[in-house]
Amino acid sequence: MTEPSRLPARSAFGALVLIAIIVGGGAAAFAYTAGWFSPGRLSGARMVAAFTPPGDKPPLGHRRNHAKGICFTGVFEATGDGEALSYAQVFAHGEYPAVGRFNLGTANPDAPDSTVRVRGMGLSITTPDGQTWRMALINAPVFPVSTPQQFYALLTASGSKDPKAMPDFIAANPEFAPFGAWATKGTWTASYAEERYNSLNSFVFTNSIGVDHAVRWSLLPDAQVVALPPDELAKRGPDALEQEITQRVKAAPQRWSMVVTVAASVDPTSDPTKAWPDGRRMVTVGTLVVRHIEAEADGPCRDVNFDPTVLPAGMRTSNDPFPAARSAAYAKSYDLRTGESADYPHTPSETKP
Amino acid sequence: MTGPLQRFTPVQRLLHWVMAVCILAMLFIGVGMVSTVMPKYLTLVAIHKPLGIAILVLALLRLVVRLRSGAPPLPSDLPEPMKLAAHLSHYVLYALMIAMPLIGWAMLSAGEYPVVLYGSLYLPPIVPQSDRLHAVLWGAHYYLAFALFALILLHVAAALFHLLVRRDGVFEQMAPVKVRDEDRAEIVIAE
Repeated sequence: MTEPSRLPARSAFGALVLIAIIVGGGAAAFAYTAGWFSPGRLSGARMVAAFTPPGDKPPLGHRRNHAKGICFTGVFEATGDGEALSYAQVFAHGEYPAVGRFNLGTANPDAPDSTVRVRGMGLSITTPDGQTWRMALINAPVFPVSTPQQFYALLTASGSKDPKAMPDFIAANPEFAPFGAWATKGTWTASYAEERYNSLNSFVFTNSIGVDHAVRWSLLPDAQVVALPPDELAKRGPDALEQEITQRVKAAPQRWSMVVTVAASVDPTSDPTKAWPDGRRMVTVGTLVVRHIEAEADGPCRDVNFDPTVLPAGMRTSNDPFPAARSAAYAKSYDLRTGESADYPHTPSETKP
Repeated sequence: MTGPLQRFTPVQRLLHWVMAVCILAMLFIGVGMVSTVMPKYLTLVAIHKPLGIAILVLALLRLVVRLRSGAPPLPSDLPEPMKLAAHLSHYVLYALMIAMPLIGWAMLSAGEYPVVLYGSLYLPPIVPQSDRLHAVLWGAHYYLAFALFALILLHVAAALFHLLVRRDGVFEQMAPVKVRDEDRAEIVIAE
């Protein structure tokens, strides 16, 4: 029998201690990797939680930010000129189906339209090769902060009950100034169709001969921009923008030119608070045509995560830290809201107050 | 007992240790990626997906090899509850090795995410788009990952218990190289 090989009690104890150390060490390494010993580490979950001010109820079933929105479908008509920048099929001359979402930059899905400064567009374009290009754009010309940590601090400050929190944040973060100037002095319009939507983040496009270009892009409206101050917009009702875009698209498809701006080697690609100077090479790569509007509750954009890192081959993220942070946060928001669909029925009752 | 215990075949041992490295890396990448919003998040996600598919392929291959080659018997003097624990834990390990990649793949499918292996190499969706299904699969993927890690710790503890305390040759059945030949010789002599 194997008896003689068994350890005497004393060294068996030593062996058990060794086993406990190895297993405990493995568990500790796992916990460390998961961030359980690092309360300061910024996870997607922490970022998403910060969109809801302390004490408030999160918008169950909805996106945690840009919570109010309406779906659209249409096409992206590529001019073919984008092929000089990227070999992605979406830039080959042709027409590709698009799904998107006009939205407001708020954590409140019932916010009156006139109370929200930032308007956005989520867009997903698919090509016959099976690839998808997703993006989430906003109407601000620059982003308010330079790093995800600063963005978390901004969320904390703007959600704070302390009236000095925002002024203190702005004083401590001078990068905020260009965004702040746009937020206070920029034009308000009465239509999603009159907004320009900007990628803000930079990405890298690679063309068929392997040349990389750092780029940002914007969707420029074909519609005439008519300024309307927010107090005037307020008189048109809390959902004026959704009603307006529904009517407008029913009357005629709405168009935006997609213009890609190519960075010069000196331009800051990692900091979305810094606009690139005028005069950079610009390429009109196509036209977005919005043909149908549908309510979000049962619309085609509802369960799409407009994660800006979902890119076709021929495009990739740059040294801008935000697309990664947005991807992590959007995924968390998506995981939360898909688990809360009972709180946001696909067919909302007609008796909603 | 007659002589040292029979070992797993070289193919089985190779699969075991390659998969051990892959699965541990996978679990650490998984918890690490959801803990951060920094650019390494994207790198970790980009490794997590193809590595998961690699583990799925290896696990299916391993199942076939196991069904064909079988497993050497456990020591006859191993107490019955430990034998039962050994058998059950291995059924669960096989189930999770195969289920976890499939759940992850299905979760991405239900969420209408493209399943990118590398560059323009995509996998097709395996379930239809559904928010409820996505939520269920996400929860399963998350909690089963912790269950799998706990089971692996138990597996390591048991393997070391066989190696260091019982010294019954069970660890050597799966050891990547032949170890403790002297001990083996001792046992044989003792018999």
